Amino acid sequence: MTRTTAEPFTLTCPIPLMDYPRVLMAHGSGGRMMQQLIEKMFYRAFDNPELLSGHDGVTLDTGGIEAGRVVFTTDSYVIRPLFFPGGDIGSLAVFGTVNDLAMCGAKPRYLSAGFILEEGLDMETLWRVVCSMRQAADRAEVKIVTGDTKVVEKGKGDGLYINTAGIGEMIHAVHLHPRSVKPGDKVIVSGDVGRHGMAVMAQREGLSFESDLASDAAPLNHCVMTLLDAGLDIHCLRDITRGGLAAVLCEIAQSAAVQIDIDQQQIPINDTVSGACELLGLNPLYVACEGRFVAFVAPAAVEQVLEIITSFDQGKPVSIGEVTAGEAGLVTMKTIIGGQRILDMPSGELLPRIC
Amino acid sequence: MKYLDEYRNAEAAKQYLAAIAQITTRSWAIMEVCGGQTHSIVKYGISDLLPKAIRLIHGPGCPVCVTPVEMVNKAIAIARQPGVIFCSFGDMLRVPGSDCDLLSLKGEGADIRIVYSPLDAVNIAADNPQRQIVFFAVGFETTAPANALAIHQAATRDIHNFSALVSHVLVPPAIEAIMTSPDTQVQGFLAAGHVCTVMGLTQYIPLAEKYRVPIVVTGFEPVDVLQGIYMCVRQLEENRHEVENQYTRSATVGGNRHAQQLVNSVFQISERKWRGMGEIPASGLSLADDYATFDAERRFDVANVSTAESAECISGLVLQGIRTPLECPAFGATCTPEHPLGATMVSGEGACAAYYHYRRKAPSASLNNKEPHTP
Repeated sequence: MTRTTAEPFTLTCPIPLMDYPRVLMAHGSGGRMMQQLIEKMFYRAFDNPELLSGHDGVTLDTGGIEAGRVVFTTDSYVIRPLFFPGGDIGSLAVFGTVNDLAMCGAKPRYLSAGFILEEGLDMETLWRVVCSMRQAADRAEVKIVTGDTKVVEKGKGDGLYINTAGIGEMIHAVHLHPRSVKPGDKVIVSGDVGRHGMAVMAQREGLSFESDLASDAAPLNHCVMTLLDAGLDIHCLRDITRGGLAAVLCEIAQSAAVQIDIDQQQIPINDTVSGACELLGLNPLYVACEGRFVAFVAPAAVEQVLEIITSFDQGKPVSIGEVTAGEAGLVTMKTIIGGQRILDMPSGELLPRIC
Repeated sequence: MKYLDEYRNAEAAKQYLAAIAQITTRSWAIMEVCGGQTHSIVKYGISDLLPKAIRLIHGPGCPVCVTPVEMVNKAIAIARQPGVIFCSFGDMLRVPGSDCDLLSLKGEGADIRIVYSPLDAVNIAADNPQRQIVFFAVGFETTAPANALAIHQAATRDIHNFSALVSHVLVPPAIEAIMTSPDTQVQGFLAAGHVCTVMGLTQYIPLAEKYRVPIVVTGFEPVDVLQGIYMCVRQLEENRHEVENQYTRSATVGGNRHAQQLVNSVFQISERKWRGMGEIPASGLSLADDYATFDAERRFDVANVSTAESAECISGLVLQGIRTPLECPAFGATCTPEHPLGATMVSGEGACAAYYHYRRKAPSASLNNKEPHTP
């Protein structure tokens, strides 16, 4: 396949001249129009030799990857609204998959991007998302090297869905896994929780409340790589996404068959998030993040882990509790007034309370 | 956060706990009426910190718990009808009706929307003149003014495709029903601060006198609840039975007169069925005659939908503190939070749901405080 444009790509580039101002069913039909969409939009934005090889898949130069230690992951993104303060579906699709790779201890290298477009979607909107993905990929230092496009009939989709898959390479001989978590480990959260979920909720139709909240969406791989480069005694990392901090703690307690005791007083929560949650009757510990993670580390490593995370300026990390032998699967929390209670797995959608 | 953090202060909480321990000389059973208070008690682990002699009984003040299953069935019947946009507060969506809940009906394609203010539902009606918009008007005196305002606005703006499915309940008749029950164990009440912010304190004075029971109007933060318990225990220990106000930063003797006038013009007092407690005379609100055209029960002909509650369920007794959930044969067997038979298992704020999670998750006696997520 040949390149259709010679100009260098910048993020202020205007939308490429397209034959149609809106996505049509034909843009997913595999014909010329789809070809044009791929060449004019995706190739131009993601521009790299691997992608431009133009095959259904891509053969990657795996030189340097330790034999059998390649990490591969995928995730789909169906967020509404498509754009929100601090991010959009595109940056989320890149960071989400990058973060999944990073949590395994891998250095993210390559992503795929699958687009499911709804007939009638503005090309302008799609271009904004694509540009944002490119920007996010640059920030995370990954390449988007292969992809797929489908168009569904109007009314059958929510504008735009994205799937990304990612490959990362293990450059450190570490085994970060919930089963490596053991009693005595300290629990560190990398920054304030709940910001992404509340920033998105603030934008949703019918839920508008005035706020200056921006999503915490960010790539975590650089921070994680620095932690691993330092050779610290880290047993498990998990990014906080849907279900919030509570879901991460419950999942790890279950898979590691340990008890986790945390201190409510220590959990960092932004004032606006806290206020918005109060107003809506939600618990910030169950609200999503997109740029935060929990680290389970040996006590001796705590200080250095906190120091390194702090140096990335993506949030103020705090040690919120520890792992005990106690009862397998149980998460308890010392409340701010000194009581103790169970922190349970969230179930279903977060629904605001009446009173 | 001003007006919240000071009421979540660990030092203040410790001082009240010490003060309660100091004045308590015998066992007392105190009911916190409101679900918001129950939520706080569970969320902050308050019961564990109190002297063993103080028993808290979780009262019927959770609108999600006490809305009768037939009302949920009516909501489902209306939401199923083509052309209807059914609007509700979020946490009513998960309350099970006889064969499904509103959330799963939404998944099947019914147009069910979560609103934060009933006025949003009126605006949806104005924007969709060809559709029928129905708002699920539930709650206590707290939500009644905003719901009344929505109906009043629909009337003044001539928005006739709006109607309300009304299932409003009132606190004082519930207190009366609990006190007239021959087996009641409740010796003092923490009344709901928000309800009194709207309605004032005067309705409670005759109740305190008639049943010789202290009633302390109490807020919802942990220090509020502890101070309310302290004031209630002090009255009990001193053999007093008065209406006292802990929630002075919001509730006044007269309440909010504008809100009361609005509620009185749009609604009228009527008999209501309470989940777990049955029919209580003059215990709820229905639409006044002038606003009868906005009554969704009439508009959609669901007035006759009726559903019997489970004969097995003892939630009425649990709500009054007469029995504990563990004494119910259905508990954990045919009755679980996923398939609740009665009020106290429906919401995470209910006593049965709290017991269920405690028994299932943590055999340690110090960990019986599991926070309900939502509601």
